[in-house]
Amino acid sequence: MTSLSVILSCIVMFLVTGGLGILMSRSHRATPAIYGLSLLLSAIAFVISLMHLATSFVDAPTVILPIGLPWLGAHFRLDALSAFFLLVANLGGTLASLYGLGYGRHEHAPHRVLPFFPAFIAGMNLVLLADDAFTFLISWEFMSLASWALVMSHHRDAGNRRAGYLYIVMASFGTLALLLAFGLLAGPEGAYGFAAIRAAEHAPLTAGLVLILLLLGAGSKAGLVPLHVWLPLAHPAAPSHVSALMSGVMTKIAIYGFIRVTFDLLGAPMWWWGLVVLLLGGATAALGILHALMERDLKRLLAYSTIENIGVIFVSLGLALAFKANGMGLASALALTAALFHIFNHSLFKSLLFFGAGAVLTATGERDMEKLGGLIHRMPVTSFTFLVGCVAISALPPFNGFASEWLAFQAILQSPNLPQWALTIAVPAVGGLLALSAALAAACFIKAFGITFLGRPRTPAASDVSEVDRFSLGAMGVLAGLCLLAGILPGIVIDGVASVVLSLVGDRMPVQMDIPWLSIVPIAESRSSYNGLLVFLFIAFSASATIYIVHRYASRTLRRSAAWDCGFPEGSPLTQYTAGSFAQPVRRVFGTLAMRVRERVDMPAPGDLRPATFSVEQHDLVWEGLYVPIAGAVGFAAEKLNRLQFLSIRRYLSLVFLALVFLLLVLALWS
Amino acid sequence: MVLISALFVQAFQMALVVLLAPLLTGLIRKVKARLLRRQGPSLIQPYRDLLRLLRKEAVVAENASWLFRVAPYLIFATTWVAAAVIPTFATGLIFSWTADLIAIVALLGSARFLLALAGMDVGTSFGGIGSSREAMIATLAEPSMLLIIFTLALVAGSTQLSTIAGFMSSPEVGLRVSLAIALVALVMVAIAENARIPVDNPATHLELTMVHEAMVLEYSGRHLAMIELAASLKLLLYISLIVCIFVPWKLAAPETGPTAYLAGLVVYLTKLIVGGALLALFETSIAKMRVFRVPEFLGAALMLALLATLLRFVSRSL
Amino acid sequence: MNGPVFDIAHMLAGGLVLVSMMMLYQDRLYALLNVFALHSLVLTLSVAWQALIQDAPHLYVTAAIALIFKAIVIPVALHRMIRQLGIHREIETVVGVGPTMLAGIGLVALSIVVMLRVTPEADPLAREDLAFALSVLLLGLLIMVTRRNAVSQVVGFMSLENGLVLAATGAKGMPLVVEISVAFSILIAFIVIGVFLFRIRERFDTVDVRALDDFRGRRRK
Repeated sequence: MTSLSVILSCIVMFLVTGGLGILMSRSHRATPAIYGLSLLLSAIAFVISLMHLATSFVDAPTVILPIGLPWLGAHFRLDALSAFFLLVANLGGTLASLYGLGYGRHEHAPHRVLPFFPAFIAGMNLVLLADDAFTFLISWEFMSLASWALVMSHHRDAGNRRAGYLYIVMASFGTLALLLAFGLLAGPEGAYGFAAIRAAEHAPLTAGLVLILLLLGAGSKAGLVPLHVWLPLAHPAAPSHVSALMSGVMTKIAIYGFIRVTFDLLGAPMWWWGLVVLLLGGATAALGILHALMERDLKRLLAYSTIENIGVIFVSLGLALAFKANGMGLASALALTAALFHIFNHSLFKSLLFFGAGAVLTATGERDMEKLGGLIHRMPVTSFTFLVGCVAISALPPFNGFASEWLAFQAILQSPNLPQWALTIAVPAVGGLLALSAALAAACFIKAFGITFLGRPRTPAASDVSEVDRFSLGAMGVLAGLCLLAGILPGIVIDGVASVVLSLVGDRMPVQMDIPWLSIVPIAESRSSYNGLLVFLFIAFSASATIYIVHRYASRTLRRSAAWDCGFPEGSPLTQYTAGSFAQPVRRVFGTLAMRVRERVDMPAPGDLRPATFSVEQHDLVWEGLYVPIAGAVGFAAEKLNRLQFLSIRRYLSLVFLALVFLLLVLALWS
Repeated sequence: MVLISALFVQAFQMALVVLLAPLLTGLIRKVKARLLRRQGPSLIQPYRDLLRLLRKEAVVAENASWLFRVAPYLIFATTWVAAAVIPTFATGLIFSWTADLIAIVALLGSARFLLALAGMDVGTSFGGIGSSREAMIATLAEPSMLLIIFTLALVAGSTQLSTIAGFMSSPEVGLRVSLAIALVALVMVAIAENARIPVDNPATHLELTMVHEAMVLEYSGRHLAMIELAASLKLLLYISLIVCIFVPWKLAAPETGPTAYLAGLVVYLTKLIVGGALLALFETSIAKMRVFRVPEFLGAALMLALLATLLRFVSRSL
Repeated sequence: MNGPVFDIAHMLAGGLVLVSMMMLYQDRLYALLNVFALHSLVLTLSVAWQALIQDAPHLYVTAAIALIFKAIVIPVALHRMIRQLGIHREIETVVGVGPTMLAGIGLVALSIVVMLRVTPEADPLAREDLAFALSVLLLGLLIMVTRRNAVSQVVGFMSLENGLVLAATGAKGMPLVVEISVAFSILIAFIVIGVFLFRIRERFDTVDVRALDDFRGRRRK
């Protein structure tokens, strides 16, 4: 049995598991059974894709199943790119299932989650294996609908219903754009197989149009600005392990779609594609993290931070396209490696952080950070793993987020060799934006961890908690370990994705695992190198040596006392800094421009007994500038068309008749 | 044998930076005091302070977590590792390729991340104010720093400090506008990063504009000693960074023997003294800014760094 | 190009851009004037250096004009005027410093791209000087549009003019440079006076200089 057929059977089994979920939904054994089966199946698919990626470099088995369109069938193919994304998806699926084993027990309405969870994983796997446009779109839509059902699982909350509505609208729009893109790719003959599309020549105009449609379609699923508005609403609305899958994995499936078409199907890129993708990515990164920093809902903060990471990935992809268009193979390989590495990393730490947020939600029932605080004392394991996730996502060494951002910066430093002026000016500016978003991300996650886990509990909900179950802790522990491992041994990942990069840009980075001391060296040691392992060991060694020396030779006594606080300790925990007050300086610096923030302080005169008030006004400019006018236009058009409901039969008939004549006329004039 | 001597030089550098850091702080305090016509504390006063702090018992707030107690050591260790790979008196140390300039900045970012969290751990409003302002300063200082690195890397073709220093001491550099602007921006960033006047005042407590001191307000004893040492080390690191990039004279090349190392060491000490004295002079001649002037100051640094990167493209068109 | 000769010219021209950016950052009138004096001083050095390397003695005249009028006379005169008129010393900016500087960076990028694209085969020295000069010119315009105060507008205009002089001297063999520069200086003096007349009229509904005397008289009482 080939690896492709094993994964396909896994997908079938996922669907069966989903069916089982419907049948058993009222049974109390359903939760462990469904998540257990999902865990097993994802683990099998994970191992198979890992083996495929590690062993067969050029081997790309295909299978044609006689389902779907009768003259086309359903094509499936497993190449290096699919294998890499299958690995990411099923690693996420495995750990989400493990987490679900514990987390799912607290679910109020398991019958709304259990059938769709395996179906969602199956849908994502199907997209990755599809080898013709028809199968791809069907799987894409299946994935969207399954995740939509999961978003709507707590549909009694009005906010969730609104999120679900917005999500389904944006998902339909995205699929429509993809449909048009594949229609253009297939051409008038209707060659829908990916092999045929790959072999065909695409006119520059068509290819450019496909790129724009693709940015609309895949970009809306991934959360590219300005198509991101649904994401921070929909991702947090789902149960936390599903949020982790949506943020950590499903956005990557969207990026897979983008990479598959631009790097594989569309032929040689043009340089302006890189520029467009680069600028969109930079804007997405900066805007996403700025919104995350203003947020006080923990899960929504994580969702906004997903938008930022998508931006970072798109910046690297844009660089890779620009380099590829100019025939700079090595630089292109470097940028694409950075993108794939960051995709892998983000799936790790974003899942970890959503699991942590889920654990906090289970323990306290709160997502609002301003009602939490001090959880580090009562949830030690959760807080430690969450801290690891925070450091990793803030791109700080020695964890994995830094390794991929470092590669992205190295790719940016290759840009002066680009011949186009627009690119050479845009790339350093986008590099600055990238650095800005990395710094803002660090501030954002200082806030997320500091307000939620440190300090004193702000409400009784936060003070009376206990650690969550072992399954959840296990899933978080594995992810935290992987974050560290990928950070200190980045060479393994870089070599792992080398076959993918080689197949897409025709070049690859030098083999990293042969370099002494396990450093990573993108081009040459005299230019740049980084050794996560040594950095980690040095920090660990010098910290423990310092602790030992200080405790041995200086002093080891410790006295607990009241907090000093400049001599005026304040009893109430409400005097602590809150999420809003932590973000205030940054809000003042960046928010006035990016969100038109206005702060109003109403301070009554001495003797006046009115309470002082402080209010902040904040606008989402994308929402107000783009979506509100569109919604208004649609509403206006609907209002006008409403009249058509009240015509006589004769008029309806004449409308049909006119339409028929018009179409015949078009046909007559066309040919 | 070569390996052993290389390891020895590296170990010497690590010891050197830790031992010199308090002396540099003492020197700056002394020069500032003399400029104000005060006698000032002795040069070795920082050592005495550190030793005393180390010997005292540590008083920790009742609700402080493990993070609060571990953070000082991690902050110190991270800063130390970053300082160990900067060429001070010699280039091409055996572990210098462990971290390039981007990684050094990121290591300092890790230290800052931990410090800001430690400031929030006890749950006092002073800690929060310090952490939140530190985060704001970092959001502007880090991108400026990276853009400066871009400029340097585009000039020297490398982000490896030893290579950059080697290139900058070669005659082909010449005078470049982008480098001059990068130097101005780097000095501005260094002032902000080290909490010096006019951004923050290292000599104050009990002032509403303080940033760094507010974060470490709850620390005492050995924990405070570690944080103070890390702060001195960071100052030494930044001055070493500036001198190794912009005045890389007499840096000993790898494996050149003890005479070259000795010469490099003497010159390095001279550079440190001059750098410290200049900093003290600058600090006494300027007033501290309001907190919300700081974003403008750092914004200007960011813009200068961006300008330097852009002008780099003009210089390239030779 | 031949080493340090080019480097110094390049450095001085780039320094002018840097000082222009510094002018964008200032929010006090006196500081702005001081920076403008520095701006003119850098221009003087740049022009003098060009005179030296191009072996063009008439450029020394331009440099001297720049030094005497723009680096000394005009700033001092403006200082006096500010003091005498009691103008509010903080500059009222239309937009904040941050966005203004961002716009300034954008303008520098624009001028670099434009100049390097339209003059691909020119002599690199002249080419870069032109790029810098265009940046200085655009930054001067930016100062003028982002400031409400008449004095800072004048300063913006004069820094713009400095950019023009830089452009004129960078291009080799321009015999009319002296005349141009003198003409411009006169023009500037004209504008300085004109703007002030405007200000006076705004305040006192008259351009009669006696209004100033009356005003002084009243204040003394």
